[in-house]
Amino acid sequence: MTYNAGHYDVIVVGAGHAGVEAGVAAARMGAKTLMLTLNLDMIAFMPCNPSIGGPAKGIVVREVDALGGVMGQIIDKTYIQMRMLNTGKGPAVQALRAQADKALYSREMKKLIENEENITIRQGMVEELIVEDGICKGVVTESKAAYYGEAIIVTTGTYMRGKVLMGDLEYESGPNNQRPSVKLSQNLEKLGLELVRFKTGTPPRVNSHTIDYSKTEIQPGDENPRLFSYESAEQAIDQVPCWLTYTNEFTHEVINDNLGLSAMYSGMKRGTGPRYCPSIEDKIVRFNDKPRHQIFLEPEGRDTEEVYVQGLSTSLPESIQHEMIKSVPGLEKAEIMRPGYAIEYDAVVPTQLWPTLETKAISGLFTAGQINGTSGYEEAAGQGIMAGINAVRKVQGKESVILDRSQGYIGVLIDDLVTKGTNEPYRLLTSRAEYRLLLRHDNADLRLTDMGYEIGLISEERYQKFLEKKQLIEEEKQRLSKIMIKSNETVKQIMDEAGATPLKEATKAYDLMKRPELGYEAIERMIEPNDALNDEIKEQVGIQIKYEGYIKKAVEQVNRMLKMEDKKVPEDIDYDAISGIATEARQKLKKIRPLSLGQASRISGVNPADISILLVYIEQGNIARLAN
Amino acid sequence: MMETDTITAISTPIGEGAIAIVRLSGTKAIQLTSEVFKGKNLQEVDSHTINYGKIIDPQTQEIADEVMVSVMRAPKTFTREDVVEINCHGGMVAVNRVLEILLTKGARLAEPGEFTKRAFLNGRIDLSQAEAVMDLIRAKTDKAMNVALKQMDGRLSGLIQRLRQDLLETVAHVEVNIDYPEYDDVEEMSHEVMRTKTREVHGEIEQLLQVAKQGKILREGIGTAIIGRPNVGKSSLMNTLVQENKAIVTEIPGTTRDIIEEYVNVRGVPLRLVDTAGIRETEDIVEKIGVERSRQVLKESDLILFVLNYNDELNKEDVKLFEAVKGLEYIVIVNKTDLEQKLDLDRVNELAEDRPIITTSLLQEEGVDELEKAIANTFFSGDIDSGDLTYVSNVRHIQLLNQAKQALEDAMEGIELGMPMDIVQIDVTRTWEFLGEIIGDTASDSLIDQLFSQFCLGK
Repeated sequence: MTYNAGHYDVIVVGAGHAGVEAGVAAARMGAKTLMLTLNLDMIAFMPCNPSIGGPAKGIVVREVDALGGVMGQIIDKTYIQMRMLNTGKGPAVQALRAQADKALYSREMKKLIENEENITIRQGMVEELIVEDGICKGVVTESKAAYYGEAIIVTTGTYMRGKVLMGDLEYESGPNNQRPSVKLSQNLEKLGLELVRFKTGTPPRVNSHTIDYSKTEIQPGDENPRLFSYESAEQAIDQVPCWLTYTNEFTHEVINDNLGLSAMYSGMKRGTGPRYCPSIEDKIVRFNDKPRHQIFLEPEGRDTEEVYVQGLSTSLPESIQHEMIKSVPGLEKAEIMRPGYAIEYDAVVPTQLWPTLETKAISGLFTAGQINGTSGYEEAAGQGIMAGINAVRKVQGKESVILDRSQGYIGVLIDDLVTKGTNEPYRLLTSRAEYRLLLRHDNADLRLTDMGYEIGLISEERYQKFLEKKQLIEEEKQRLSKIMIKSNETVKQIMDEAGATPLKEATKAYDLMKRPELGYEAIERMIEPNDALNDEIKEQVGIQIKYEGYIKKAVEQVNRMLKMEDKKVPEDIDYDAISGIATEARQKLKKIRPLSLGQASRISGVNPADISILLVYIEQGNIARLAN
Repeated sequence: MMETDTITAISTPIGEGAIAIVRLSGTKAIQLTSEVFKGKNLQEVDSHTINYGKIIDPQTQEIADEVMVSVMRAPKTFTREDVVEINCHGGMVAVNRVLEILLTKGARLAEPGEFTKRAFLNGRIDLSQAEAVMDLIRAKTDKAMNVALKQMDGRLSGLIQRLRQDLLETVAHVEVNIDYPEYDDVEEMSHEVMRTKTREVHGEIEQLLQVAKQGKILREGIGTAIIGRPNVGKSSLMNTLVQENKAIVTEIPGTTRDIIEEYVNVRGVPLRLVDTAGIRETEDIVEKIGVERSRQVLKESDLILFVLNYNDELNKEDVKLFEAVKGLEYIVIVNKTDLEQKLDLDRVNELAEDRPIITTSLLQEEGVDELEKAIANTFFSGDIDSGDLTYVSNVRHIQLLNQAKQALEDAMEGIELGMPMDIVQIDVTRTWEFLGEIIGDTASDSLIDQLFSQFCLGK
C-alpha cells in the first residue's frame, strides 16, 4: 500500500512555531531533516494574536535566540511595532514585545526553511506513526508515503481532532479553517498515549478602514526599539501604532442577553480553556461588577487592513458578534472580516514525556509545542528547539540537553510540563520562575550562548563576539571597583540631579553604583569613560552591580536546588521494591519517573518523607531495578 | 563509603525528665568519651558493658555530671558504628553540659534523624531490615509532622494562614503588574502600600516570636545573672530565691549543690542562675573588662538582676553598670531598705528608664513577693498557663519564624532603598514560603532538610 519515500535522521511533523525551531536546529546540527506540513503557505503562521514576546514570553524568545534558534531573527525582520514592557520595574521583569506582520513573518520563515541546507520541506498530512517494539521508526502520510527516520518530532499544535465552535455552529477544523488532523490523534491514542481535550479561542478581525480611530487612544511603539536577536542589525522602520478602546454596558448587555448562545455556555464545549486568557463571555460572567474591559486594536500587518480585536475572544454566534463589535467606541461601523471562534483540540498529557520531550512510551518519538498542552508561539518555539536538539543528540548518541529551572524560562516551562502536567493550556508567567532575577531579558545570552555553541547552533564568529562581550563586562566591573570617587563640583551636580544624598567620603565607583538613584550613566559622567563599551554592556554592568546582593542570594538558592538535581534517580528504578513510600506517591513516581530527586520533590503528592526514603535508597546505592 | 565522623546528640526528649541520654556514634565515639570520663578506661572495657563514672569538664576540671556509660562496639550496634550512650542524671542543665563538652572535644552535633540514617546506610542489604527502617523513618516523619501540627493550636495556624493570605494577595498584586503591565484595572503596587503591609506582618511575626521565646524559656530556663557592687546583697538574693523556691532538679547524691541551686522555679518561670563563680566575677566585671566586653557577657543572659544598695550613694561604678545593661532585659533591685536611705531614687528612676525597680530588704524578707512578680511579668504578661505555650516552643517553628522575619526585614530594607517592586517581592515571597513551611503548606526545595530536622533528635 505505502511507498518508501525516503530515510531521514529527523522527521518533524508540523511547521508551526515549534516545528520550525525543531527542524532548523536539527538541520544545523547536521541531521538530514524532513519537515512535513499540512499547508506550505501556513509555515510559522500566527492563528491568534499578531504579536510575539511580552513578560516571560519575550525572555523565551531571547533564550531561543541565544541557543541558536530563529524566532528572534525573523520577528526582528518583520515587526511593525516594538515595545519594551515594564521599564519602570526591575531588570528581571522587563520584556520586549513586538507586533508582527503576520504574513511577512510566515513568508520570511518559509524562505529561511527553504534555503536551509539539510531540510527537505514537503506538504503532506501525517496519519500514522510507524512504531516497532516501542521504537518510532517513521511516519505514513495520507498519500501513502512512508518516511523513515531515527527520531520523529510531532508538533501538530491545535490541529489534532480540532473542532471550531461558534454559537451552535460546530465543525471539524484546524485553526483558521485549515484541515484538522484526525487520524494522527487516533493513532497516538492507539499507541498508548493519553490525550486530553483543551480549548482556546480567538477574537474577530475587523477592517481598518471601518474603524473610527478618533474614539480610541493611540499606543505607539518605542522611540528607540530594541531587538530580540543578538544577530540582528538595527534598521530604521516606520512603526505602526496599536489603539486602545473599551467595552461598555451595551457590550455587556449584548453578551449577557446571548450567553446561552455561546458555544462556551451552551454546554457543547468539553475542553478546558485557559484562565489567564478568558473569552469576553468569561470576563463578563466572572467579573460582572466591572463596568468596562480594555480592547486593543492590533494591525495584523502592513499589507493588510485586518485588525485583531484583542480582548474580545469569543465563541458567540456570528450575528451576535456583529452587535457586540458595534457597541464598542470606535467600532460602531466596523466590519468583521473574520468572526471569532473557539477551538477544541487534543493535546498529549505532558507528564508522559521525559524532560527531553521524548515520550516515555515510544522511544524516538518527541512532541513539542501546543500539542503538549501549552499555549503561545513562544512556548512552542522554546519546546521546539529543545526537542530538535535532543532528537539529534539521541540520533548522534550524545548526552541529552536539559535546561534546569535556573537556566531559563524554557527550563521552567518544560520542567513544569513533564513534572506537574497541566489541566489548562499552559502559559508562561514570570511568577512560575523561582529564580526570575537570574532569568532576565538582558542576560539571556550570558546564560545560554555557551550551551548553544557547544551544541553547534552558534557560529564561531558570534561566539567570539560573545566571549569578547563577557570579558569587557568583567573588566569594567574590575575597573569600577578600583576607581575612587571623591566629591567635587561635577560629582555634586550629578548626584543632585539624580536626587542622591551627597557623597560624604571617597567611595568606589562600584559601590556608588549600588545606590538606587545612580545608574551606570550617572557614574560614567563622574569618571573617565570607557569607550570600548556599547550600551548593552554598560546596562549589563549596571545591573550586575546594582542587584549584586539579590543576585547572590538567588544564586545560593539555586545551588541548594542543584544539589537535589544532582542526585540522579536511575531511569529503571523499581518503585514497587522500595518500601515505605506512600501509595499515592508511588503511583505518581511510577508515572512521572523523575530523573532527579529535585524533580521528584516537585511532583504534587510526593511528600518529604517519600523523598527522604528515596534519598536513603539512592545514597545507599542499593536500588532495585525494573527487570527489562 | 559513609561518613565516619563522630556524631552526638541528646537522644531523649528535651524536658524535665530525671534521666537523659547523650548518644555518640562513629569511629571516635569511645575515645572521645573516655577523654572526659573519670572511671574505668572505656577504651579497654568490654563491648556492651555499662560503666559508672563522672564526666569532667576538661577546661575547669569540674564535674559535669555523674553518669552511667554504655559502650557498644561496632558492628553489633544500632548504627553499626561504635556507639556510646551516656546516661545523665542531672536534668537538662547537666545533660546540655555533657553534650557541650563532647562537642568541644570534636564530636559533631548530629543532624536530626542522622542516627537512623546511618543505621540504614551502614546496614547489610536485607530487605526486611530495610523495610523496618523505612517504616521507622516514615513513622517518625509523619509523627514529627503530626506532632508539629498538633503542637500548634488553632489560633496560631489560623494566624499564620491569615498572614500568608495577606502576603499572597500582596504578591499576587505585584505579579499582575508584571505579567499584565497594560492592564489598567490593577493599580501599580506602591512602595507605600508595601511598606505598610510588610510592617504589619513583621509586627505579628515578632509577637509570635515573643511568645515562642516564652515557650523556650519554659523548657530551658531563663539564663539569669545577678550583678551589683560588692556587699549590695547579691548572695542574699541568690539564697532567698533558692530558699523560697523549690529546686527543680532532683537531688542525686554526688551532684554538687551548686548545680542544683542554679536552677529555680519562680512562679512557673524557671531561672537558670549563672553559677556562683560567675556571680562573684560580675562584682567587678565592668572594671575588669570594660563596658563593651561586659555587655557582651551580660547579653548572653536572658535576665539580669541588678542590685543597688539603698544605704549607699550612687557611684561611678553603678552608673557604669547601668550603661552595661542598657537595652537588655533587667530588673533593678534596691536592697537594704531596712537601713537609712542614702540612694538618690529619682536618679535611679532616670537611669533605669522604663525598667522595673523593686525595693527589698532581703534580710527582713521584704519585697521578695514583688520581685518574683516582676520576674514573672518580664517574661509573661498576665496569667499564662505554661501548658499553652509549648506549641510555639517547637524548634522548627521558631527557626522558620525567624527566617520569615529575616526575609521580611530584607524586603523592608529593599523598600527603604527604593528597590523596584518586583525585587522587593522576592523577599516577600520568601517570607510567605517560610510561613507556609510552618503549617506544612509549601513544597520548597529545602524541604528535605526540614524533614530530617523534624525527626526527634538523636534517633
